[in-house]
Amino acid sequence: MESFDSLVSYAWFILGGAAATLELTVLSCTLGLIVSLIAGLSLLSKKLLVRWAARTYIELFRGTSLFVQLFAAYFVLPLAGIPLSPIQAGVLAIGLNGGAYGAEVVRAAIQAVGNDQREATIALNLTRWQAMRWIIFPQAVPLMLPTFGNLAIETMKATAIASLISVSELTFQAQMVRTQTGGTALPFITILITYLAIASMMMALVRWLERRLSRGLVSVRT
Amino acid sequence: MTSSSSYSGLEEASSKPHLCGAAKRGSAAVPHHSNPDRPETPIIEFREVGKSYGTFTILDKLSFSVRPGEHLALIGPSGSGKTTILRLLMTLETVTAGEILIDGRSLNREERSGKIVQASEAHLRRMRAEIGMVFQHFNLFPHKTVLENVTLAPVLTSRLSKEEAKNRAFELLDKVGLTNKADEYPARLSGGQKQRVAIARALALQPKILLLDEITSALDPELVEEVLSVITDLRNETNMTMLLVTHEMSFAKDFADRVLFFEQGKIIEDGPPAKIFQEPDHERTRSFLRKVIAAGQRV
Ligand SMILES: Nc1ncnc2c1ncn2[C@@H]1O[C@H](COP(=O)(O)OP(=O)(O)OP(=O)(O)O)[C@@H](O)[C@H]1O
Ligand SMILES: [Mg+2]
Repeated sequence: MESFDSLVSYAWFILGGAAATLELTVLSCTLGLIVSLIAGLSLLSKKLLVRWAARTYIELFRGTSLFVQLFAAYFVLPLAGIPLSPIQAGVLAIGLNGGAYGAEVVRAAIQAVGNDQREATIALNLTRWQAMRWIIFPQAVPLMLPTFGNLAIETMKATAIASLISVSELTFQAQMVRTQTGGTALPFITILITYLAIASMMMALVRWLERRLSRGLVSVRT
Repeated sequence: MTSSSSYSGLEEASSKPHLCGAAKRGSAAVPHHSNPDRPETPIIEFREVGKSYGTFTILDKLSFSVRPGEHLALIGPSGSGKTTILRLLMTLETVTAGEILIDGRSLNREERSGKIVQASEAHLRRMRAEIGMVFQHFNLFPHKTVLENVTLAPVLTSRLSKEEAKNRAFELLDKVGLTNKADEYPARLSGGQKQRVAIARALALQPKILLLDEITSALDPELVEEVLSVITDLRNETNMTMLLVTHEMSFAKDFADRVLFFEQGKIIEDGPPAKIFQEPDHERTRSFLRKVIAAGQRV
Protein backbone atom coordinates (compact mmCIF):
# COMPACT_ATOMS: atom_id res chain seq x y z
CA MET A 1 0.00 0.00 0.00
CA GLU A 2 1.38 3.36 -0.98
CA SER A 3 1.64 6.27 1.32
CA PHE A 4 -1.10 8.88 1.49
CA ASP A 5 1.36 11.52 0.29
CA SER A 6 2.17 9.72 -2.90
CA LEU A 7 -1.53 9.09 -3.55
CA VAL A 8 -2.15 12.82 -3.30
CA SER A 9 0.73 13.61 -5.58
CA TYR A 10 -0.51 11.09 -8.17
CA ALA A 11 -3.96 12.63 -7.96
CA TRP A 12 -2.45 16.05 -8.54
CA PHE A 13 -0.51 14.69 -11.48
CA ILE A 14 -3.75 13.43 -13.03
CA LEU A 15 -5.55 16.68 -12.33
CA GLY A 16 -2.77 18.43 -14.21
CA GLY A 17 -4.43 16.87 -17.27
CA ALA A 18 -7.60 18.84 -16.60
CA ALA A 19 -6.02 21.93 -18.16
CA ALA A 20 -5.51 20.13 -21.47
CA THR A 21 -9.00 18.59 -21.27
CA LEU A 22 -10.51 22.03 -20.74
CA GLU A 23 -8.41 23.51 -23.52
CA LEU A 24 -9.50 20.76 -25.94
CA THR A 25 -13.10 21.13 -24.83
CA VAL A 26 -13.27 24.91 -25.20
CA LEU A 27 -11.49 24.96 -28.55
CA SER A 28 -13.41 21.97 -29.98
CA CYS A 29 -16.75 23.40 -28.84
CA THR A 30 -15.90 26.77 -30.37
CA LEU A 31 -14.88 25.22 -33.67
CA GLY A 32 -17.89 22.89 -33.55
CA LEU A 33 -20.26 25.78 -32.89
CA ILE A 34 -18.92 27.89 -35.74
CA VAL A 35 -19.01 24.96 -38.15
CA SER A 36 -22.53 23.98 -36.97
CA LEU A 37 -23.82 27.44 -37.76
CA ILE A 38 -22.17 27.64 -41.16
CA ALA A 39 -23.16 24.11 -42.18
CA GLY A 40 -26.64 24.41 -40.64
CA LEU A 41 -27.40 27.64 -42.50
CA SER A 42 -25.88 26.18 -45.67
CA LEU A 43 -28.35 23.29 -45.48
CA LEU A 44 -31.09 25.91 -45.84
CA SER A 45 -29.40 27.83 -48.65
CA LYS A 46 -31.22 28.53 -51.89
CA LYS A 47 -28.11 27.42 -53.80
CA LEU A 48 -27.96 23.72 -54.58
CA LEU A 49 -24.16 23.64 -54.54
CA VAL A 50 -24.01 25.12 -51.04
CA ARG A 51 -26.58 22.66 -49.72
CA TRP A 52 -24.75 19.82 -51.37
CA ALA A 53 -21.38 20.82 -49.89
CA ALA A 54 -22.86 21.02 -46.38
CA ARG A 55 -24.60 17.68 -46.80
CA THR A 56 -21.36 16.01 -47.95
CA TYR A 57 -19.45 17.35 -44.95
CA ILE A 58 -22.12 16.17 -42.53
CA GLU A 59 -22.42 12.68 -44.01
CA LEU A 60 -18.64 12.31 -44.16
CA PHE A 61 -18.16 13.16 -40.50
CA ARG A 62 -21.16 11.29 -39.19
CA GLY A 63 -20.43 8.25 -41.33
CA THR A 64 -16.87 7.71 -40.12
CA SER A 65 -15.65 7.30 -36.57
CA LEU A 66 -14.02 10.06 -34.58
CA PHE A 67 -11.11 7.68 -34.08
CA VAL A 68 -10.44 7.54 -37.83
CA GLN A 69 -10.91 11.31 -38.17
CA LEU A 70 -8.42 11.99 -35.40
CA PHE A 71 -5.79 9.71 -36.94
CA ALA A 72 -6.39 11.26 -40.34
CA ALA A 73 -5.86 14.72 -38.88
CA TYR A 74 -2.72 13.74 -37.00
CA PHE A 75 -1.04 11.27 -39.37
CA VAL A 76 -2.45 11.94 -42.85
CA LEU A 77 -2.61 15.74 -43.00
CA PRO A 78 1.17 16.03 -42.44
CA LEU A 79 1.63 13.91 -45.58
CA ALA A 80 -0.38 16.57 -47.39
CA GLY A 81 1.98 19.20 -46.04
CA ILE A 82 -0.19 20.24 -43.08
CA PRO A 83 1.60 19.18 -39.92
CA LEU A 84 -0.53 19.68 -36.82
CA SER A 85 0.36 19.57 -33.15
CA PRO A 86 -1.52 16.89 -31.16
CA ILE A 87 -3.79 19.57 -29.67
CA GLN A 88 -4.49 21.10 -33.09
CA ALA A 89 -5.25 17.70 -34.61
CA GLY A 90 -7.51 16.86 -31.65
CA VAL A 91 -9.43 20.12 -31.89
CA LEU A 92 -9.82 19.82 -35.65
CA ALA A 93 -11.17 16.26 -35.53
CA ILE A 94 -13.36 16.65 -32.45
CA GLY A 95 -14.65 20.08 -33.53
CA LEU A 96 -15.52 19.05 -37.07
CA ASN A 97 -17.13 15.86 -35.78
CA GLY A 98 -19.31 17.78 -33.32
CA GLY A 99 -20.09 20.36 -36.02
CA ALA A 100 -21.58 17.69 -38.25
CA TYR A 101 -24.11 16.82 -35.54
CA GLY A 102 -24.61 20.47 -34.57
CA ALA A 103 -25.43 21.45 -38.15
CA GLU A 104 -28.58 19.32 -38.09
CA VAL A 105 -29.57 20.90 -34.77
CA VAL A 106 -29.19 24.39 -36.25
CA ARG A 107 -31.17 23.44 -39.35
CA ALA A 108 -33.99 21.83 -37.37
CA ALA A 109 -34.25 24.75 -34.93
CA ILE A 110 -34.40 27.32 -37.72
CA GLN A 111 -37.06 25.32 -39.52
CA ALA A 112 -39.01 25.01 -36.30
CA VAL A 113 -39.54 28.78 -36.17
CA GLY A 114 -43.02 29.21 -37.57
CA ASN A 115 -43.71 30.22 -41.12
CA ASP A 116 -45.91 33.03 -39.82
CA GLN A 117 -42.76 34.73 -38.54
CA ARG A 118 -41.16 34.49 -41.98
CA GLU A 119 -44.28 35.90 -43.59
CA ALA A 120 -44.31 38.82 -41.18
CA THR A 121 -40.73 39.65 -42.20
CA ILE A 122 -41.74 39.65 -45.85
CA ALA A 123 -44.72 41.89 -45.14
CA LEU A 124 -42.33 44.25 -43.34
CA ASN A 125 -40.03 44.23 -46.35
CA LEU A 126 -36.97 42.83 -44.59
CA THR A 127 -34.32 41.12 -46.67
CA ARG A 128 -33.82 37.38 -46.24
CA TRP A 129 -30.63 38.07 -44.35
CA GLN A 130 -32.25 40.65 -42.03
CA ALA A 131 -35.10 38.25 -41.36
CA MET A 132 -32.65 35.51 -40.42
CA ARG A 133 -30.43 37.79 -38.34
CA TRP A 134 -33.10 39.63 -36.36
CA ILE A 135 -36.19 37.43 -36.33
CA ILE A 136 -35.65 33.79 -37.21
CA PHE A 137 -32.24 33.03 -35.75
CA PRO A 138 -32.83 34.68 -32.34
CA GLN A 139 -35.96 32.57 -31.94
CA ALA A 140 -34.14 29.43 -33.06
CA VAL A 141 -31.32 29.81 -30.52
CA PRO A 142 -33.40 28.90 -27.44
CA LEU A 143 -34.59 25.82 -29.34
CA MET A 144 -31.00 24.78 -30.10
CA LEU A 145 -29.63 25.31 -26.62
CA PRO A 146 -30.68 22.12 -24.82
CA THR A 147 -29.34 19.92 -27.63
CA PHE A 148 -26.24 22.06 -27.93
CA GLY A 149 -25.67 21.59 -24.20
CA ASN A 150 -25.73 17.82 -24.70
CA LEU A 151 -23.45 18.06 -27.73
CA ALA A 152 -20.98 20.18 -25.75
CA ILE A 153 -20.82 17.51 -23.05
CA GLU A 154 -20.41 14.79 -25.70
CA THR A 155 -17.56 16.87 -27.11
CA MET A 156 -15.97 17.18 -23.68
CA LYS A 157 -16.14 13.42 -23.18
CA ALA A 158 -14.79 12.86 -26.68
CA THR A 159 -11.62 14.80 -25.82
CA ALA A 160 -10.41 11.62 -24.05
CA ILE A 161 -9.66 10.21 -27.48
CA ALA A 162 -6.85 12.76 -27.85
CA SER A 163 -4.90 10.67 -25.34
CA LEU A 164 -4.29 8.29 -28.26
CA ILE A 165 -2.13 10.92 -29.95
CA SER A 166 -0.38 11.71 -26.67
CA VAL A 167 -2.14 14.89 -25.61
CA SER A 168 -1.55 14.88 -21.86
CA GLU A 169 -5.17 15.41 -20.87
CA LEU A 170 -7.02 13.66 -18.03
CA THR A 171 -7.31 10.20 -19.54
CA PHE A 172 -3.71 10.23 -20.75
CA GLN A 173 -2.44 11.21 -17.29
CA ALA A 174 -4.60 8.55 -15.66
CA GLN A 175 -3.16 5.91 -17.99
CA MET A 176 0.34 7.05 -17.09
CA VAL A 177 -0.33 6.68 -13.39
CA ARG A 178 -1.93 3.31 -13.96
CA THR A 179 1.03 1.94 -15.89
CA GLN A 180 3.48 3.32 -13.37
CA THR A 181 1.71 2.23 -10.19
CA GLY A 182 -0.41 -0.64 -11.39
CA GLY A 183 -3.28 0.91 -9.40
CA THR A 184 -6.57 1.28 -11.25
CA ALA A 185 -9.02 2.65 -8.69
CA LEU A 186 -7.29 5.92 -7.91
CA PRO A 187 -6.67 7.13 -11.47
CA PHE A 188 -10.11 6.20 -12.73
CA ILE A 189 -12.04 7.52 -9.74
CA THR A 190 -10.08 10.76 -10.03
CA ILE A 191 -10.90 11.30 -13.70
CA LEU A 192 -14.48 10.15 -13.24
CA ILE A 193 -15.05 12.84 -10.62
CA THR A 194 -13.21 15.45 -12.68
CA TYR A 195 -15.18 14.75 -15.88
CA LEU A 196 -18.37 14.87 -13.84
CA ALA A 197 -17.40 18.22 -12.34
CA ILE A 198 -16.62 19.72 -15.75
CA ALA A 199 -19.89 18.39 -17.15
CA SER A 200 -21.94 19.91 -14.33
CA MET A 201 -20.26 23.27 -14.84
CA MET A 202 -21.12 23.12 -18.52
CA MET A 203 -24.73 22.19 -17.78
CA ALA A 204 -25.05 25.12 -15.39
CA LEU A 205 -23.70 27.44 -18.07
CA VAL A 206 -26.19 26.15 -20.65
CA ARG A 207 -29.11 26.57 -18.24
CA TRP A 208 -28.04 30.11 -17.49
CA LEU A 209 -27.85 30.86 -21.24
CA GLU A 210 -31.27 29.34 -21.78
CA ARG A 211 -32.76 31.70 -19.22
CA ARG A 212 -30.94 34.70 -20.68
CA LEU A 213 -31.80 34.03 -24.32
CA SER A 214 -35.45 33.13 -24.05
CA ARG A 215 -36.72 36.53 -22.95
CA GLY A 216 -40.23 37.09 -24.23
CA LEU A 217 -40.50 33.39 -25.04
CA VAL A 218 -40.43 32.14 -21.44
CA SER A 219 -43.89 33.17 -20.41
CA VAL A 220 -45.26 31.21 -23.36
CA ARG A 221 -43.47 28.07 -22.28
CA THR A 222 -44.08 27.95 -18.54
CA MET B 1 -60.45 54.36 -28.69
CA THR B 2 -61.91 56.73 -31.24
CA SER B 3 -59.88 59.77 -31.85
CA SER B 4 -60.41 62.76 -34.04
CA SER B 5 -56.83 63.76 -34.74
CA SER B 6 -55.16 62.42 -37.84
CA TYR B 7 -52.52 59.76 -38.19
CA SER B 8 -49.88 62.36 -38.87
CA GLY B 9 -47.22 59.97 -40.13
CA LEU B 10 -49.57 58.58 -42.69
CA GLU B 11 -50.77 61.88 -44.06
CA GLU B 12 -47.17 62.68 -44.68
CA ALA B 13 -46.68 59.44 -46.55
CA SER B 14 -49.59 59.91 -48.82
CA SER B 15 -48.65 63.47 -49.71
CA LYS B 16 -45.31 62.24 -51.00
CA PRO B 17 -45.23 62.07 -54.78
CA HIS B 18 -45.83 58.62 -56.16
CA LEU B 19 -42.75 56.91 -57.43
CA CYS B 20 -44.17 56.62 -60.88
CA GLY B 21 -45.97 59.94 -60.68
CA ALA B 22 -49.24 58.44 -61.75
CA ALA B 23 -52.00 58.97 -59.24
CA LYS B 24 -52.94 62.21 -57.55
CA ARG B 25 -54.20 62.26 -54.02
CA GLY B 26 -57.12 64.25 -52.77
CA SER B 27 -57.49 65.55 -49.25
CA ALA B 28 -57.78 63.18 -46.34
CA ALA B 29 -60.99 61.29 -45.63
CA VAL B 30 -62.46 61.98 -49.06
CA PRO B 31 -62.35 58.99 -51.35
CA HIS B 32 -60.50 59.87 -54.53
CA HIS B 33 -62.47 59.82 -57.66
CA SER B 34 -61.03 60.17 -61.05
CA ASN B 35 -59.38 63.31 -62.20
CA PRO B 36 -61.32 64.68 -65.20
CA ASP B 37 -58.13 65.59 -67.10
CA ARG B 38 -56.49 62.23 -66.80
CA PRO B 39 -58.03 58.96 -65.80
CA GLU B 40 -56.53 57.87 -62.53
CA THR B 41 -54.19 54.88 -62.56
CA PRO B 42 -55.69 52.15 -60.39
CA ILE B 43 -53.59 51.56 -57.30
CA ILE B 44 -54.21 47.84 -57.74
CA GLU B 45 -55.04 46.08 -60.95
CA PHE B 46 -55.46 42.33 -61.43
CA ARG B 47 -55.14 41.37 -65.10
CA GLU B 48 -56.36 37.85 -65.77
CA VAL B 49 -54.55 36.63 -62.69
CA GLY B 50 -54.28 32.90 -62.20
CA LYS B 51 -53.13 30.99 -59.15
CA SER B 52 -52.89 27.26 -58.94
CA TYR B 53 -51.15 24.70 -56.78
CA GLY B 54 -50.17 21.92 -59.13
CA THR B 55 -53.34 20.99 -60.94
CA PHE B 56 -55.57 22.64 -58.35
CA THR B 57 -56.71 26.05 -59.61
CA ILE B 58 -57.76 28.65 -57.08
CA LEU B 59 -57.94 31.74 -59.25
CA ASP B 60 -58.50 31.70 -62.98
CA LYS B 61 -58.30 34.84 -65.11
CA LEU B 62 -59.33 37.10 -62.26
CA SER B 63 -59.51 40.75 -63.24
CA PHE B 64 -60.48 43.76 -61.15
CA SER B 65 -59.02 47.08 -60.16
CA VAL B 66 -59.02 49.29 -57.11
CA ARG B 67 -58.89 53.08 -57.05
CA PRO B 68 -56.49 54.86 -54.72
CA GLY B 69 -58.09 55.42 -51.35
CA GLU B 70 -60.84 52.90 -51.89
CA HIS B 71 -62.00 50.78 -48.96
CA LEU B 72 -62.74 47.34 -50.23
CA ALA B 73 -64.35 44.48 -48.35
CA LEU B 74 -63.78 40.99 -49.75
CA ILE B 75 -66.46 38.55 -48.64
CA GLY B 76 -67.49 35.08 -49.64
CA PRO B 77 -67.61 31.50 -48.48
CA SER B 78 -64.62 29.69 -47.03
CA GLY B 79 -62.12 28.62 -49.66
CA SER B 80 -63.29 31.17 -52.23
CA GLY B 81 -59.80 32.64 -52.59
CA LYS B 82 -60.00 35.84 -50.49
CA THR B 83 -56.84 35.15 -48.49
CA THR B 84 -55.06 34.05 -51.65
CA ILE B 85 -55.73 37.45 -53.22
CA LEU B 86 -54.18 39.29 -50.27
CA ARG B 87 -51.24 36.89 -50.16
CA LEU B 88 -50.57 37.42 -53.86
CA LEU B 89 -50.55 41.18 -53.27
CA MET B 90 -48.16 40.81 -50.33
CA THR B 91 -45.97 38.55 -52.55
CA LEU B 92 -46.28 35.73 -50.02
CA GLU B 93 -47.47 33.64 -52.97
CA THR B 94 -46.45 33.87 -56.59
CA VAL B 95 -48.86 34.48 -59.40
CA THR B 96 -48.99 31.55 -61.82
CA ALA B 97 -50.64 33.44 -64.72
CA GLY B 98 -51.47 36.99 -65.67
CA GLU B 99 -50.23 40.11 -63.99
CA ILE B 100 -50.83 42.29 -60.96
CA LEU B 101 -50.12 46.01 -61.28
CA ILE B 102 -49.50 48.25 -58.30
CA ASP B 103 -49.82 51.91 -59.15
CA GLY B 104 -49.29 51.02 -62.81
CA ARG B 105 -46.16 48.98 -62.22
CA SER B 106 -46.05 45.21 -62.52
CA LEU B 107 -45.74 43.38 -59.24
CA ASN B 108 -44.84 39.96 -60.55
CA ARG B 109 -42.84 40.83 -63.65
CA GLU B 110 -40.03 43.17 -64.47
CA GLU B 111 -38.05 44.20 -67.50
CA ARG B 112 -34.45 43.14 -67.58
CA SER B 113 -32.22 43.81 -70.58
CA GLY B 114 -35.24 44.29 -72.81
CA LYS B 115 -37.01 41.12 -71.74
CA ILE B 116 -40.00 40.72 -69.47
CA VAL B 117 -39.05 38.25 -66.76
CA GLN B 118 -40.35 36.98 -63.41
CA ALA B 119 -39.83 39.60 -60.73
CA SER B 120 -36.54 39.27 -58.86
CA GLU B 121 -36.27 39.52 -55.10
CA ALA B 122 -34.96 43.08 -55.49
CA HIS B 123 -37.99 44.07 -57.59
CA LEU B 124 -40.35 42.45 -55.09
CA ARG B 125 -38.73 44.38 -52.27
CA ARG B 126 -39.23 47.68 -54.10
CA MET B 127 -42.87 46.85 -54.76
CA ARG B 128 -43.56 45.63 -51.21
CA ALA B 129 -42.58 49.03 -49.90
CA GLU B 130 -46.06 50.24 -50.87
CA ILE B 131 -47.96 47.42 -49.16
CA GLY B 132 -48.57 46.44 -45.56
CA MET B 133 -50.44 43.50 -44.11
CA VAL B 134 -52.11 42.59 -40.84
CA PHE B 135 -52.50 38.86 -40.25
CA GLN B 136 -55.26 36.84 -38.64
CA HIS B 137 -52.85 35.50 -36.02
CA PHE B 138 -50.97 38.79 -35.51
CA ASN B 139 -47.55 37.26 -36.24
CA LEU B 140 -45.84 39.55 -33.76
CA PHE B 141 -42.18 38.89 -33.00
CA PRO B 142 -42.32 37.21 -29.57
CA HIS B 143 -38.70 37.96 -28.67
CA LYS B 144 -39.10 41.69 -29.27
CA THR B 145 -40.94 44.18 -27.11
CA VAL B 146 -43.99 45.99 -28.43
CA LEU B 147 -41.88 49.04 -29.20
CA GLU B 148 -39.21 46.96 -30.96
CA ASN B 149 -41.89 45.21 -33.00
CA VAL B 150 -42.98 48.59 -34.33
CA THR B 151 -39.54 50.18 -34.83
CA LEU B 152 -37.69 47.18 -36.25
CA ALA B 153 -38.73 47.38 -39.90
CA PRO B 154 -38.45 51.17 -40.40
CA VAL B 155 -34.94 51.09 -38.96
CA LEU B 156 -33.77 47.96 -40.82
CA THR B 157 -35.16 49.19 -44.12
CA SER B 158 -33.37 52.50 -43.41
CA ARG B 159 -36.47 54.57 -43.77
CA LEU B 160 -35.98 56.18 -40.37
CA SER B 161 -33.27 56.73 -37.81
CA LYS B 162 -33.66 54.93 -34.49
CA GLU B 163 -34.89 58.13 -32.89
CA GLU B 164 -37.42 58.92 -35.61
CA ALA B 165 -38.66 55.35 -35.63
CA LYS B 166 -39.18 55.50 -31.89
CA ASN B 167 -41.10 58.75 -32.14
CA ARG B 168 -43.30 57.39 -34.87
CA ALA B 169 -43.82 54.16 -32.96
CA PHE B 170 -45.04 56.10 -29.94
CA GLU B 171 -47.40 58.14 -32.12
CA LEU B 172 -48.83 54.95 -33.59
CA LEU B 173 -49.01 53.16 -30.25
CA ASP B 174 -50.86 56.20 -28.95
CA LYS B 175 -53.33 55.86 -31.81
CA VAL B 176 -53.99 52.24 -30.95
CA GLY B 177 -54.07 53.05 -27.24
CA LEU B 178 -51.02 51.03 -26.20
CA THR B 179 -48.23 53.44 -25.24
CA ASN B 180 -48.32 51.96 -21.75
CA LYS B 181 -47.41 48.54 -23.18
CA ALA B 182 -44.39 49.73 -25.17
CA ASP B 183 -41.90 47.74 -23.12
CA GLU B 184 -43.94 44.57 -22.72
CA TYR B 185 -43.32 41.40 -24.66
CA PRO B 186 -46.25 40.27 -26.86
CA ALA B 187 -46.86 37.19 -24.70
CA ARG B 188 -48.09 39.51 -21.96
CA LEU B 189 -50.80 41.12 -24.13
CA SER B 190 -54.39 40.13 -24.81
CA GLY B 191 -55.35 39.13 -28.35
CA GLY B 192 -56.94 42.49 -29.02
CA GLN B 193 -53.85 44.31 -27.81
CA LYS B 194 -51.62 42.08 -29.94
CA GLN B 195 -53.64 42.83 -33.02
CA ARG B 196 -53.49 46.57 -32.31
CA VAL B 197 -49.70 46.31 -32.05
CA ALA B 198 -49.67 44.43 -35.35
CA ILE B 199 -51.65 47.27 -36.93
CA ALA B 200 -49.20 49.86 -35.57
CA ARG B 201 -46.31 47.73 -36.85
CA ALA B 202 -47.76 47.60 -40.36
CA LEU B 203 -48.44 51.35 -40.34
CA ALA B 204 -44.91 52.22 -39.27
CA LEU B 205 -43.76 51.64 -42.84
CA GLN B 206 -46.43 54.03 -44.15
CA PRO B 207 -47.87 51.74 -46.78
CA LYS B 208 -50.21 53.09 -49.44
CA ILE B 209 -52.11 49.83 -49.42
CA LEU B 210 -53.12 48.01 -46.25
CA LEU B 211 -54.25 44.39 -46.38
CA LEU B 212 -56.34 43.06 -43.50
CA ASP B 213 -57.08 39.34 -43.43
CA GLU B 214 -59.76 38.35 -40.92
CA ILE B 215 -57.98 40.36 -38.32
CA THR B 216 -60.59 39.76 -35.63
CA SER B 217 -61.45 36.13 -36.21
CA ALA B 218 -58.81 34.81 -33.78
CA LEU B 219 -60.09 37.10 -31.02
CA ASP B 220 -62.48 36.54 -28.15
CA PRO B 221 -65.76 38.28 -28.99
CA GLU B 222 -65.31 40.97 -26.34
CA LEU B 223 -61.98 42.02 -27.86
CA VAL B 224 -63.23 42.45 -31.42
CA GLU B 225 -64.60 45.93 -30.88
CA GLU B 226 -61.31 47.54 -29.83
CA VAL B 227 -59.63 46.34 -33.00
CA LEU B 228 -62.48 47.32 -35.30
CA SER B 229 -62.60 50.82 -33.85
CA VAL B 230 -58.90 51.26 -34.67
CA ILE B 231 -59.66 50.21 -38.25
CA THR B 232 -62.61 52.57 -38.42
CA ASP B 233 -60.38 55.45 -37.30
CA LEU B 234 -57.79 54.54 -39.88
CA ARG B 235 -60.43 54.37 -42.56
CA ASN B 236 -61.77 57.80 -41.68
CA GLU B 237 -58.53 59.62 -41.06
CA THR B 238 -56.13 58.41 -43.73
CA ASN B 239 -56.33 57.97 -47.45
CA MET B 240 -54.73 54.58 -47.53
CA THR B 241 -56.24 52.03 -49.85
CA MET B 242 -57.57 49.26 -47.64
CA LEU B 243 -58.55 45.70 -48.52
CA LEU B 244 -60.43 43.93 -45.77
CA VAL B 245 -61.21 40.22 -45.82
CA THR B 246 -63.88 39.50 -43.25
CA HIS B 247 -66.70 37.25 -42.16
CA GLU B 248 -68.26 40.08 -40.12
CA MET B 249 -70.91 41.35 -42.50
CA SER B 250 -72.03 44.26 -40.37
CA PHE B 251 -68.49 45.58 -40.16
CA ALA B 252 -67.96 45.07 -43.91
CA LYS B 253 -71.07 47.17 -44.47
CA ASP B 254 -69.84 50.04 -42.27
CA PHE B 255 -66.29 49.88 -43.48
CA ALA B 256 -66.47 49.43 -47.20
CA ASP B 257 -67.09 51.81 -50.10
CA ARG B 258 -67.23 48.73 -52.25
CA VAL B 259 -67.81 45.06 -51.60
CA LEU B 260 -66.58 42.14 -53.68
CA PHE B 261 -68.38 38.86 -53.19
CA PHE B 262 -66.26 35.88 -54.20
CA GLU B 263 -67.13 32.32 -54.91
CA GLN B 264 -64.66 29.71 -56.15
CA GLY B 265 -62.14 32.36 -57.11
CA LYS B 266 -64.61 34.42 -59.14
CA ILE B 267 -66.15 37.79 -58.42
CA ILE B 268 -69.89 37.16 -58.31
CA GLU B 269 -70.91 40.56 -57.08
CA ASP B 270 -69.17 43.93 -57.10
CA GLY B 271 -70.78 47.09 -55.79
CA PRO B 272 -71.48 49.41 -52.87
CA PRO B 273 -72.42 47.66 -49.60
CA ALA B 274 -76.00 48.93 -49.69
CA LYS B 275 -76.54 47.10 -52.94
CA ILE B 276 -74.67 43.88 -52.14
CA PHE B 277 -76.31 43.44 -48.77
CA GLN B 278 -79.82 44.64 -49.63
CA GLU B 279 -80.40 43.78 -53.27
CA PRO B 280 -77.69 41.52 -54.66
CA ASP B 281 -77.99 40.49 -58.29
CA HIS B 282 -77.33 36.83 -57.72
CA GLU B 283 -79.12 34.09 -55.90
CA ARG B 284 -75.75 32.75 -54.71
CA THR B 285 -75.08 35.99 -52.86
CA ARG B 286 -78.53 35.90 -51.29
CA SER B 287 -78.08 32.32 -50.12
CA PHE B 288 -74.65 33.18 -48.69
CA LEU B 289 -76.15 36.11 -46.78
CA ARG B 290 -79.04 33.96 -45.55
CA LYS B 291 -76.56 31.44 -44.19
CA VAL B 292 -74.61 34.19 -42.47
CA ILE B 293 -77.79 35.55 -40.91
CA ALA B 294 -78.83 32.06 -39.86
CA ALA B 295 -75.46 31.75 -38.14
CA GLY B 296 -76.50 34.67 -35.95
CA GLN B 297 -74.98 37.67 -37.68
CA ARG B 298 -76.72 40.96 -38.19
CA VAL B 299 -76.49 42.16 -41.79
N1 LIG C 1 -50.73 26.19 -49.96
C1 LIG C 1 -51.85 25.70 -50.52
N2 LIG C 1 -51.82 24.55 -51.20
C2 LIG C 1 -52.93 24.05 -51.76
N3 LIG C 1 -54.13 24.65 -51.70
C3 LIG C 1 -54.23 25.79 -51.02
C4 LIG C 1 -53.10 26.40 -50.40
N4 LIG C 1 -53.50 27.55 -49.82
C5 LIG C 1 -54.80 27.66 -50.06
N5 LIG C 1 -55.26 26.61 -50.77
C6 LIG C 1 -56.63 26.40 -51.24
O1 LIG C 1 -57.02 27.53 -51.97
C7 LIG C 1 -58.41 27.78 -51.80
C8 LIG C 1 -58.62 29.23 -51.44
O2 LIG C 1 -58.05 29.46 -50.19
P1 LIG C 1 -58.14 30.85 -49.44
O3 LIG C 1 -57.38 30.69 -48.19
O4 LIG C 1 -57.72 31.93 -50.37
O5 LIG C 1 -59.69 30.97 -49.15
P2 LIG C 1 -60.45 32.04 -48.26
O6 LIG C 1 -61.47 32.64 -49.13
O7 LIG C 1 -59.52 32.95 -47.59
O8 LIG C 1 -61.15 31.11 -47.19
P3 LIG C 1 -61.46 31.36 -45.65
O9 LIG C 1 -62.68 32.20 -45.62
O10 LIG C 1 -61.70 29.98 -45.11
O11 LIG C 1 -60.25 32.01 -45.06
C9 LIG C 1 -58.91 26.81 -50.75
O12 LIG C 1 -59.58 25.76 -51.42
C10 LIG C 1 -57.65 26.29 -50.11
O13 LIG C 1 -57.81 24.97 -49.67
MG1 LIG D 1 -58.94 33.29 -45.59
